[in-house]
Amino acid sequence: MDELLEKKLRILADAAKYDASCASSGSKGRKASKNGIGSTTGAGICHAYTPDGRCVSLLKILLTNYCLFDCAYCINRRSSNVARARFSVAEVVTLTLEFYKRNYIEGLFLSSGIIKSPDYTMEQMMRVAKNLRAQQFAGYIHLKSIPEASPWLIEQAGLFADRMSINLELPKPESLKALAPEKDSATIATAMGQMTDRIAEAKEERRRFSPAGQSTQVIVGADDASDETVLTSSAVMYSRYALRRVYYSAFSPIPEASALLSAKPPPLRRENRLYQADWLLRYYGFSVPEIAAGGTDGMLDLEIDPKLAWALKNRALFPVDVNKAAREMLLRVPGLGTRAVDAIITTRRYTRLRLADIGRLSPGIKRATPFLIAADHSPARLTDRADLRARLTPARQMSLFA
Amino acid sequence: MKPAADLDGFRAALRCLIADGARPHEVIWDTAPSLFAAEPGDESPPIALPRGVAEKIALLVCHRDPERYSLLYQLVWRVRHGERALPEIASDPLIHRLHGMEKSVRRDLHKMHAFVRFRRAEAEEERFVAWFEPEHFIIEATAQFFVDRFRGMYWSILTPVGSLHWDRNSLTVGPPAMKSDAPTGDAFEAGWRSYYESTFNPARLNPDVMRGHMAKKYWKNLPEAAAITDLIRSAPLRVKQMIEQQQAMPRKRDPKKAVAAMSDQAPKSLAALNRLIAASEPMVKGGTRAVLGEGPLHAPIAFVGEQPGDQEDMAGKPFIGPAGQLLDKAMAEAGIDRRAVYVTNAVKHFKFEPRGKRRIHSKPTAGEVRHYRWWLEKELDLVKPGLVVALGATAALALAGKPLAVGANRGPIVLDGRPGFITIHPSFLLRMPQEDKAMAWRQFVTDMKHIHAIAEQSRVA
Repeated sequence: MDELLEKKLRILADAAKYDASCASSGSKGRKASKNGIGSTTGAGICHAYTPDGRCVSLLKILLTNYCLFDCAYCINRRSSNVARARFSVAEVVTLTLEFYKRNYIEGLFLSSGIIKSPDYTMEQMMRVAKNLRAQQFAGYIHLKSIPEASPWLIEQAGLFADRMSINLELPKPESLKALAPEKDSATIATAMGQMTDRIAEAKEERRRFSPAGQSTQVIVGADDASDETVLTSSAVMYSRYALRRVYYSAFSPIPEASALLSAKPPPLRRENRLYQADWLLRYYGFSVPEIAAGGTDGMLDLEIDPKLAWALKNRALFPVDVNKAAREMLLRVPGLGTRAVDAIITTRRYTRLRLADIGRLSPGIKRATPFLIAADHSPARLTDRADLRARLTPARQMSLFA
Repeated sequence: MKPAADLDGFRAALRCLIADGARPHEVIWDTAPSLFAAEPGDESPPIALPRGVAEKIALLVCHRDPERYSLLYQLVWRVRHGERALPEIASDPLIHRLHGMEKSVRRDLHKMHAFVRFRRAEAEEERFVAWFEPEHFIIEATAQFFVDRFRGMYWSILTPVGSLHWDRNSLTVGPPAMKSDAPTGDAFEAGWRSYYESTFNPARLNPDVMRGHMAKKYWKNLPEAAAITDLIRSAPLRVKQMIEQQQAMPRKRDPKKAVAAMSDQAPKSLAALNRLIAASEPMVKGGTRAVLGEGPLHAPIAFVGEQPGDQEDMAGKPFIGPAGQLLDKAMAEAGIDRRAVYVTNAVKHFKFEPRGKRRIHSKPTAGEVRHYRWWLEKELDLVKPGLVVALGATAALALAGKPLAVGANRGPIVLDGRPGFITIHPSFLLRMPQEDKAMAWRQFVTDMKHIHAIAEQSRVA
């Protein structure tokens, strides 16, 4: 590979790595055409993992990290002194195809700093996607849309991309105003709304338009937004814009940090709890107030997971009989995931479940035991013990979250 | 049984054993080549198994555990002797064990899809070769994935338990290979490693999670894994430096002018908008070129049609085909000066289905009309006509932003804030039965006169 291209790749991959919303999921199965390459599977594939434990699925790069915006949380803001570079459309196409042929990646995740104008930048990004498709590339393409760009560019980009996303970045409009002067939450909402409508219409008409839907990213820990504020904004976006995913990105220290936001270690545990709470919202029938009530002052409990936190504060609803309880109630038992609950419901049609059986169906049996009644088990007074929380709190891993 | 995954052998054996009524504990399964092995005959009748069991068998014969056949036979035996629901009872110890094995095979398949790394072979023709070491006997089970993904490439995947070769047409399963049979490097590997290093965030260091997903046993065949040790070692220092580093003054001047200019990006003139539309991809199937609007700015009337037709697409001009000629004729009868009006379409490309040599007009969907709506809005903002006339339902939808039936709304109407008028599309006249035509034509001309009157009135006012 060309030395200059490799140098650019280093700069523009480094500049893109703080965006967490990089999944290759949600697309329908697609196969390569006779002379083409590329396929998509429903769940996407992680081709490697970096030592931060994160999955490398797509080639996640910026078209350029030159940027006219001055968002305080971003490494690429115009007032930062980072090294700058710019790919040509052809260079991104080549990199994507050559990496793909070697099975390094599932496809491309392309974002960009704003150069000249939002329209110009978005058009260049759209051209990359268009050129890849013209070369019979059927792999995954995720485009990070620029909400400030004119609507016609979204109309075009969705024809080539599998997924489009627009970053909310900060859930509180006033934070966005303070930290990202060129951004505006109303503009972001309008662009998300436009995308939602087009995706829904195309689906109904069986046309291809961003078939894997849209997602967004929220930065956690850059402003003073509480977990409840963050989750409320997610719940609104899930229902209003039919988002496939909200990604939470712990605000990470960056080289050349802004004076507005001092660099500090990323709140990784908080990020993790938000993901767990997000799952409870989408798959477990919880509401934001219920989840928030498990913590204090709108912040989630960092020591235990949000479902356990909720259960400990609602002990009157437990224990639950695994051989009788409704699905909705089983989903609320700490330690039982959706798969375990489904397995319980299928299995109990044929047999009365004992504790050992549940142990074979769910890896979270230890947390579940105090909240369950099984054929051979009743937690008796365990459910109400004052020290139950202490018994179920995992030992803290100092090295990671100190 | 043959070594590796012997699905056919297992099926044949199963038929024999079931026919003989052999109990699981009476059967010895052996995968080592043996002098005494009896070749199972094929004469026994095929056996019916519940849905899911056959699929389980196909997957589990790939497992490396020598007990797999014996466990599967237990499953089949029990299912056929009163426990039909057994596969659904996930808490049963046998099902639990098979489930664990199934997960292991699936995981191995998944990891093979993920961790195979192709290297370009040194040859004229572009051909890729990979070396991979799977845990189970999965190479045939995984073949379809690689064919579906790399159909247009020549490739081989070599493993210690067999090899796969694809020549863009057919797949060959070959004998086991050696690592030395595969190329030792690739021109893009250094770039890939650079990418891997750059996409790692040292402030999020969490090597345990990495190892959980990408076990160390895979590292030797992953070119990027050579970077791992250094990345982990240097991470704490890199983070410390980032946190300690104070913000420096920007070295470059603040690009104030460029920042002010960037939000001023919308096309300022009709010509600029038209350049944009002409350069854009069609958002309907078929369209070869954009057919732009025509007529003077500040025209008293703008007629908006559905989409260009076959002739319009060839000439690149709107309303020149049969429907356009009818429109001209109606305008002439109503006294409207054709050269003074603006004509355009809701959808700027000709959507068609090819049928033989002909291109058959195909109606744009509501979603497609909305794709084009922003352009139409901008166009009318720039042309600033006195009155907008929607010719037909598609134009009405595009102008109003919501569906409006032509029959019920025919006549003057406000269209999304603009003074407007809804009438039929002239092509409607072409398609109607002969006996109704005269009447419909008179009505259309009446509408045109009405339009003319409104336009004249607003011009005077």
